[in-house]
Amino acid sequence: MPNRLVFSAQLLFTLLVAAFLIVPALLSMLAGVTVNYFQGVRSGLTLQWVMQVWSLYADTIARSFVIALATLAVTLIVGVPAAYALHVRGGRLARAVEEIITLPLAIPGLAIALGLLLSYGGFGDFRRSWLFILTGHVVFTLPFMVRSVMAVFSAIDVKTLDESAASLGASPWRRFRNVIVPNAKPGILAGALMVVTLSLGEFNLTWMLATPMTKTLPVGLADSYASMRLEVASAYTLVFFIMIIPLLVAMQLFADSDRKEQP
Amino acid sequence: MTAPNATSATSPHGVTVRVEACAKTFGHGARALEPITLDVARGETLVFLGPSGCGKTTMLRIIAGLEKPDAGGRVLFNNADVTGVPIEKRNVGMVFQSYALFPNMHVADNIGYGLKVRGASKAERKARVAELVALTGIEGLEHRRIDQLSGGQRQRVALARAVAARPKVLLLDEPLTALDAALRDRLRTELDQLLRRLGITTIYVTHDQAEAMALGDRIVVMRKGAIAQIGSPREIYFTPENRFVAEFIGAANIVEAESRDGCLLLPGGKLALRQGSIDGKATAMIRPETIAVIAPETAMLTGRIDAISFIGDRQRLIVSAASHKPLTVDAANSLQLRSGDRIGLAIPPDAIRILPPERSL
Repeated sequence: MPNRLVFSAQLLFTLLVAAFLIVPALLSMLAGVTVNYFQGVRSGLTLQWVMQVWSLYADTIARSFVIALATLAVTLIVGVPAAYALHVRGGRLARAVEEIITLPLAIPGLAIALGLLLSYGGFGDFRRSWLFILTGHVVFTLPFMVRSVMAVFSAIDVKTLDESAASLGASPWRRFRNVIVPNAKPGILAGALMVVTLSLGEFNLTWMLATPMTKTLPVGLADSYASMRLEVASAYTLVFFIMIIPLLVAMQLFADSDRKEQP
Repeated sequence: MTAPNATSATSPHGVTVRVEACAKTFGHGARALEPITLDVARGETLVFLGPSGCGKTTMLRIIAGLEKPDAGGRVLFNNADVTGVPIEKRNVGMVFQSYALFPNMHVADNIGYGLKVRGASKAERKARVAELVALTGIEGLEHRRIDQLSGGQRQRVALARAVAARPKVLLLDEPLTALDAALRDRLRTELDQLLRRLGITTIYVTHDQAEAMALGDRIVVMRKGAIAQIGSPREIYFTPENRFVAEFIGAANIVEAESRDGCLLLPGGKLALRQGSIDGKATAMIRPETIAVIAPETAMLTGRIDAISFIGDRQRLIVSAASHKPLTVDAANSLQLRSGDRIGLAIPPDAIRILPPERSL
C-alpha cells in the first residue's frame, strides 16, 4: 500500500523533527538533575542544583511573573481601547498609528533597549526599578495585543455593533463594557496568551535593561550559564519549564473553553 | 431617567422630524448629499428610495445622529434642534441592514438592552420584552443565542429591540435586503402591519421600489444626493416629475416624439393627448399596463409584436414599429397573440404623462 508507506514516512519525518527539537530541551533538563554531568547520569540524580537555583533565583522568578502580569495589565488597559479606537476611526491616520505601534517587532530588542536607556537612563530611580523593564516589555508586546484584538474587531463588524448599542441609548463607556469587550474576548485571550509568554521569555531587551537587582528569568538563565556550573544552569532551565509550561497549558485551555462556549 | 410610559398602540405617536438644509461632504471632498430640507409628520412612514450611492443611508444616519450634517444643516425633533445631540441621547430606534444584534447576549437580553441602559426595573423589562416577543411572533426564542436564529428571526429581534424603549423615531436601514426574496415578501407585509400598529414616526431606507410602495405613506426618491421627487406612492407612480423617477419606479415606456394639434406623432400612427398639450418636442411616459391591445383596423396606432413573455397574471409584449423604440405592453393573459402579429394599440390620453424637459442633474 503506497499510501501507508507515504504515511509512515511522513510520521517518521515528523517524529524525527520533533525529536531534533525536543531532545536538547530534555537533555538540558536531565543535566539539571545529574550530580555531575561530565560523568553522566551514572553519577546519580539529585535535586540539589534545583534547590540551589531556587534559593539563588527565587526572587528573579517571582519578579518575572510580576513583570509578565504587569505587562499584561498595561497592554490590556492600553491595547484594547487603542485597538477599538484604531478600528472605529479607521482611515490613514489610524493606519499610520498601527504601523508605529507595530514597529518594535521589526526593530531588534537591543536597539529598543538602547533607545530607552538613552532617553530614560538618566532617571536613576526609574532606571533601577523593575518598572524600567516593564516599559520595555510593554513596548515590545503591545502590538501583539492590539493586532489580535483588531483582528477580532474586523471579523465581527464591531463598528455597527457599537452604533446599534449607541442607538439604544448606551454611553460610550457602557458600550465598551457591554458590547465591545465581551465580543472581543477571543482576541483579548489570544493576545493575553502571547503577551504573557513573550514577557516571560523576553531576553534581548531585558538583558540590556536589567540591573543585577532587577533580573528576570531569562536574564538569570544567561547569568547562570555564564557564571556557574553547567548543572546549575540546566537546573535553571528545568525550573523555567516547570514554571512556564503549566501556565501556558492553563491559558490555552482557558482560551479553548471560551471558544467552545461561543462557536 | 424617565421610565417609558405606556402609549396607546394605535394613535400616531413619536415626534415630527424636520431636516433643514442638511448636506454632507465627506473628508476626501466627496459630496454625499446636496442640501436637503423636508418634514416628516408625527406617525408617518417616510421612505427614502434610490439606487445605491444616492445618499439615502447618509440621510438616515444624519437623522439618527451617526453623522453630522455640514455646517448650516439642522435636524429637529418636535421643533427642538437635536443636531448636536449624540445618537445615544436622541432616543431613536434603529434597525441596521446587518441587524447588528449583540452576539454575546441571547434574544431577550438583546431586546431588553435599551430598557436596561435606561434603568428600567427587571420586572418592567421582562414585561416589555414579553410584549414585544408576542408582537413580533418570536415566542420560544427568548433564550436562543443570536447565531441560532434564521435571517427572518434576526430581523424580528432587531425590530423588537429597536422599539422596546419606545423611541421617538424608528429608523430602518434596508431591513429586508439581507433576506431571500420569498421571505422578504412575507416580512414586508408583516412589517407594514406592525408599523401601522405601532403608529410611530418611521423613516425607512430602501433601494427596492416594491418595498417603498408597500410601506411608505410618502416616498422620497433620491438621486445623486438630491431629491428627485417626494410624494405618495400613487403620485410617484402615476405622476412622476422627471424621467429618472418614471424609469426607477415600475416599468415605463419613455416616448420622445413631436407633439402637434393635441396628438403625439409616432412612426406607427398617433396618440391623442390630454387637452392643453403644447406643440413641439415632447417626452412622454406610458406605463405598460395602460396600453390596450385592439384590432389594428380600428386603431390610431399600430405595431408588430416582437416578443411575448407569459408572466401568468398577464403577458408582456415587446411591440416594435409603433414608436421609435420598442414599446413594452402588458396585455391580458387570455389574449391569443403570436410573435409577428400586427396589433393596434389604444392608450387613454390620461395615461400619457408628458414629462417636463430634462434638467441636467
